[in-house]
Amino acid sequence: MPAMNMIQALNDAMDIELTEDESVLAFGEDVGYFGGVFGVTRGLQEKHGTARVFDAPINEGAIVAMAMGMATNGMRPVAEIQFADYIFPGFDQIISELTRIRYRSAGQYTAPVTIRTPSGGGIYGGQTHSMSPEGFFTHIPGLVTLMPSNPHDAKGLLISAIESDDPVIFFEPKRLYNGAFDGDPNKPQASWKEHPKGEVPEGHYTVPIGVADRVREGREVTVIAYGTMVHVAEAAAAAQGVDAEIIDLRTLVPYDIDTVARSVEKTGRCVILHEAPRTSGFGAELAAQIQEDCFYHLEAPVTRVTGWDTPYPHAHEWSYFPGQERVGRALKKLMETPA
Amino acid sequence: MASPEKLFQVPAPGARPGDTPDFSKLNLPAAGEMRRPDMLADAGDMMDLAFGLVGVLDDKHEAVGEWAPDMAPETLREGLKTMVLTREYDNRMLKMQRTKRLSFYMKSLGEEATAVAMVQALSDADMLFPSYRQQGALIQRGADIVDMMCHCISNGRDNLKGRQLPVHYTNRDLNWFSVSGNLGTQFPQAVGWSMASALKGEEAIACSWIGDGTTAEGDFHAAMTLASTYNAPAILNVVNNQWAISMHNSISRGKAASFASKAIGYGIPGIRVDGNDYLAVYAAAQWAAERARKGGGPTLIEHYTYRGEAHSTSDDPSKYRPKDEYKAWPLGDPVERLRAHLIKQDEWDADSHDKWEADCRERVAAAWKEAVSHGTLEEGPHAPTESMFEDVFAAQPWHLRRQRQELGL
Repeated sequence: MPAMNMIQALNDAMDIELTEDESVLAFGEDVGYFGGVFGVTRGLQEKHGTARVFDAPINEGAIVAMAMGMATNGMRPVAEIQFADYIFPGFDQIISELTRIRYRSAGQYTAPVTIRTPSGGGIYGGQTHSMSPEGFFTHIPGLVTLMPSNPHDAKGLLISAIESDDPVIFFEPKRLYNGAFDGDPNKPQASWKEHPKGEVPEGHYTVPIGVADRVREGREVTVIAYGTMVHVAEAAAAAQGVDAEIIDLRTLVPYDIDTVARSVEKTGRCVILHEAPRTSGFGAELAAQIQEDCFYHLEAPVTRVTGWDTPYPHAHEWSYFPGQERVGRALKKLMETPA
Repeated sequence: MASPEKLFQVPAPGARPGDTPDFSKLNLPAAGEMRRPDMLADAGDMMDLAFGLVGVLDDKHEAVGEWAPDMAPETLREGLKTMVLTREYDNRMLKMQRTKRLSFYMKSLGEEATAVAMVQALSDADMLFPSYRQQGALIQRGADIVDMMCHCISNGRDNLKGRQLPVHYTNRDLNWFSVSGNLGTQFPQAVGWSMASALKGEEAIACSWIGDGTTAEGDFHAAMTLASTYNAPAILNVVNNQWAISMHNSISRGKAASFASKAIGYGIPGIRVDGNDYLAVYAAAQWAAERARKGGGPTLIEHYTYRGEAHSTSDDPSKYRPKDEYKAWPLGDPVERLRAHLIKQDEWDADSHDKWEADCRERVAAAWKEAVSHGTLEEGPHAPTESMFEDVFAAQPWHLRRQRQELGL
């Protein structure tokens, strides 16, 4: 199996879908000739033509609306929003239109659109290039919300997204594009070449929507994470010597409640990680559901380690980012709670 | 330094309640004055159309000028009949709302031609992305009035399963999109739809409507930018009925001379048409549709008209505009003008008109009876309650299944 970074894996997924299904299109700002500011669509226009892979005006509302209009006319567009921070001009088209058209029309019209967008910080992006806005989107009825944590899943999940008949928002943790970043900015970037999930099968395969991945089996505590935080969790648990069960959610809506509940029932302890701000973040939803479903198995309060409720600061990026130290502290505290 | 009044300005209409309606300052070139450019001419060579007014029916009820369309009398009679039926449908539905058997309604009095003539000039495969006041277009496309009523009262036969408020119709069989309620969102969607049609090499174009007030939305500019950039085969209609609920069109138009002129910066033809002139609307639609099909790209059409009644059943226009302003509207009434034209051509007569009106009244009364036989808003039956959890996703995920069960279903 070839080793790929996440950019190559995502590119490969789109290349396969563009090749196999002529209704698939890819567009967005700088997506066509240039191949995207992160290079995710590089070479696709040259290979598949300007009618199928093209640049779009800098108007996120227009990009989403165009995708939706095309999807109601038989297309399967993959629209790129250059940074998740930029998505809000398109929010109305997502929240009021794209995700409601099936419901509003009682199934007469559907819009199988995939919106790809890089999210998360750790690249000195400041407050306008670092956001993790997934919580806004998980709150919208009718929107599948995905975030892979590695090249293998990125490719398989993106193929599932494009082939899904539902609208999908696909967050790409940009800090993971080039390596399995574990939250330590002082270490050299770990290459995907040395990571088992950097091995990406050739050709078409899918990672199913709605199915989490138990990336580490453990007995003492359940760690629920997605995107970059999966790697932070692994490193923090190893550093603390905690036998953690680490669950990579992969799908936020509809997330894999069975895997989550089974694990928490087994360990009795749970910490939820995300880079997004805490208040009303997706962790709040997970914590609420876990205590509803697993209350009598819990031996300690469900805990969250998240970004702070501030905009993402430029200079204090690593004080904002919920890194290994904070995750480790939370794990330690959880383990100290008497059963 | 200029005075604050000069520095900061809020546009105001010519007349408010208690004032005498005054339309004397409107720029209304006479019917037949505007030239009709070649339909593939460059947008830059027809800017005059954005500032003028394409009109066909003159004061003597004759069709005059280059824009006069070649229409069979039968086609015109059909258009007239649809407009009358639409008006009777509206009257009936308003009455039903006033007696609380409908939660909400929006009439289209005075604007019927902007919907009916537009659709009559299109082919059935062309996709319509309407706003909330194009019921005439839906009727012209052949919708069953009973079905429309069943939707409006959310009964068991409502094809939207009681999910949408009245007049927000969806009808895929008739290539009628789903009316949103959020203003203007359908404009760029229509452009996207038409781009897909073009990509597939298909003939069908898209046609969308918004109101004058909605041109201020970002989606208007999104649609214009997309349409211009990708040469989308779409007809983008702005129905300027002068009023956005209580706000005069100057609040959204700003200092622009017309809404049609907003097309100029985009390199798109902008045509201001007399929206109360059935033949003029038809002619403009035909021109724009053919241009789009031949690869000429999009057209913006401003329909200059007047909203004859309230915005909806939730507002009282006498609170914000003169009561008799509609009667003073200088471009008359679309039904009256087409009727007079057909009578002058010996293709229609007063008795036939009266009879058709009476027939329509009977027809909508009978349709209402039939509609309520399938259930009423208050008493139902409605779509099964569990259906409210369907169609959120293609398949029902666990959390919706649980929520449905929580409701005991």
